[in-house]
Amino acid sequence: MGAPRVGVPTVHSGADDVTETLAEPTPTPTTTAVPTLEARGISKSFGSVEALVDVDFEVRSGEVMALVGDNGAGKSTLIKCIAGIYPLDGGEVFFDGQKVSIHGPKDAAKLGIEIVYQDLALCDNLDVVQNMYLGREARDWIGRLREAPMEARTAETLKTLRVTTIGSIRQQVATLSGGQRQSVAIGRAVMWNSRVVILDEPTAALGVAQTQQVLELVRRLAEEGLAVVIISHNLHDIFEVADRITVLRLGRNVAVYERANTTQQAVVHAITAGVPTKVAGIAGMGDEPE
Amino acid sequence: MSADVAAADTGAPVNGLGAIIRRRYEALKAGDVGTLPIILGLVLIVAFFYAKNSNFLSAGNFTNLMTQMAGVTTIAIGVVFVLLLGEIDLSIGYVAGVAGVVIAQLQIPDESWQVKGVVAIAIAVTVTALIGALQGSFVAIVGIPSFVVTLAGLLFWQGVILYVIGGEGVIVIEDATINNVANYFFSDAAGLVIAAAATALFALSTLSGVVSRRRHEIRTDNLVLVAAKLVAFTVILFGAVVWANRERGFPVAFLLVIVFLVFWTWVAERTTFGRHVYAVGGNAEAARRAGINVQRIRIQVFMISGLMAGMGGVIFAARLNSVDLNAGGGTLLLDAISAAVIGGTSLFGGRGRVISALMGALVISTVANGIDLLGYSSAIKYMVTGLILLAAVTLDTVSRRRLARSGR
Repeated sequence: MGAPRVGVPTVHSGADDVTETLAEPTPTPTTTAVPTLEARGISKSFGSVEALVDVDFEVRSGEVMALVGDNGAGKSTLIKCIAGIYPLDGGEVFFDGQKVSIHGPKDAAKLGIEIVYQDLALCDNLDVVQNMYLGREARDWIGRLREAPMEARTAETLKTLRVTTIGSIRQQVATLSGGQRQSVAIGRAVMWNSRVVILDEPTAALGVAQTQQVLELVRRLAEEGLAVVIISHNLHDIFEVADRITVLRLGRNVAVYERANTTQQAVVHAITAGVPTKVAGIAGMGDEPE
Repeated sequence: MSADVAAADTGAPVNGLGAIIRRRYEALKAGDVGTLPIILGLVLIVAFFYAKNSNFLSAGNFTNLMTQMAGVTTIAIGVVFVLLLGEIDLSIGYVAGVAGVVIAQLQIPDESWQVKGVVAIAIAVTVTALIGALQGSFVAIVGIPSFVVTLAGLLFWQGVILYVIGGEGVIVIEDATINNVANYFFSDAAGLVIAAAATALFALSTLSGVVSRRRHEIRTDNLVLVAAKLVAFTVILFGAVVWANRERGFPVAFLLVIVFLVFWTWVAERTTFGRHVYAVGGNAEAARRAGINVQRIRIQVFMISGLMAGMGGVIFAARLNSVDLNAGGGTLLLDAISAAVIGGTSLFGGRGRVISALMGALVISTVANGIDLLGYSSAIKYMVTGLILLAAVTLDTVSRRRLARSGR
């Protein structure tokens, strides 16, 4: 970490960053030298509790980055800091290499960062189309909903994601299975030209077959060129779908692993003991600067 | 069941009549009973009273029933919106009374503040809408449970009514415009013209829906069903007008009710605002995360509740040609809430339709009207209405539980 960090104010200084970034033409999401989303030196305290201390995190387009750690390691806090739900105590967030300041879900959405929360945030009493467009309904000049285009686009999105198990997109979400609900939540996140999709425990509470469905869907998102972040406790799932794995422990970075060059044991060791093990074949500390 | 998404390309007949009936049956088994019980109940009630007394279906009683239920139905429309949020508004009875007091005061001849009838009505409903917004602010911003806020409102507005007209005890309404709201009946020809215009509008909006879906190349609703709906609408409307024309004619109060129903149904089901009301009622946290301003929606809904209570109050005052100390009291509050619930709007939020105000009011009013006609006492009326309400809420609770279970 070269640049000196000056507490809170730096984070909030560039209020126009969001719009500036938007004004420029979006670079084509080929494989990237510059990470799509990068957080540097993030710190966050709740009272005397240090939830995050100088944490770095990055994700590139076309890859699935897993974020793992034990309970209380700071995974959710990190995500909420990036999404602007919590103000940062220290650190900076970069999008496409540009410093940005994100002050809430709306700013995040404008940049193309979408979060799929663990509890899905779907309305059970609304149907699939209504949920996909919740809060961003298409409407005409007198405020009338334009159902037909919304329905058409929903069908198209789900088809692109190869979600074929949903009987009718006009059925209530309450009648869907857990996997189908997750698919709807993910579909909603990617429908808005998103660049980064963050999935919080997407396979928790799912059966075997449904987990498989969701993991395939996650893989496809990366293939479509999105930067995907997946938070999970389930290392089996992680090793099936992730390209790289960031391990947090007690609010600090432990290491970043390449999935191809590591083992589940090594990652478990990093999660619990906090130091990269000396097991052969580990890529090492990734871009840990210190 | 094959995937609709795929079927949309292959053109498989997922909207054939058979498929629709099968889907409806599946939904029924899953606990989504829809309007079936209420329609069955209405048929039973009508059949029962008609068997007991053939006057029940006479044209005279029919027009009577329509004017009787107009006020409750109007108030119940506002209740539907509040219930959709999962909230309750206990103040609507006396807020309706306040509207009555306001128009009564504003039309007192030779007072310095006397205004035209239409202006008086406009002022009255503006006042009640603001009352609703005020109460809604306490719910949405301060975070007090709506039950308590509106209970306080119930007491407060009752007090206001007593305070304002306590001296006279009763104010007679002489303004013709106001009284016509509940006492004017259209001529035979005017009634038929209105029915024809309404049918044309309904047909036009249905047609534009079908055309729009065609243009976007997504499944249109089954055309046989669409046509059946249109025919049913036409038959019921013209039937009502023709039947009413055998007596005094179609009441203007009920035309108002129909206009309210159509307008608020449109708001609830065809606008972003309505969609957000359902979303907040279904999962307020999800709505908030989706960027919906939950507080604003809550305040607006309580405003609608106050507005419609005010409209109902105007209709009641006009029907009695006066406002007295009992304005907005009695069973008005409970009738309006029962109507929305019996009509199928869930007390738990997120489920229900504006039309349920009419359905429930129909049940309550036909029962009340029928029992009066048979000469039974109010005691019987209350007991029967109570049982129907219990049955409706039981049905709602059970179906909700089954729906939740059939999910995952």
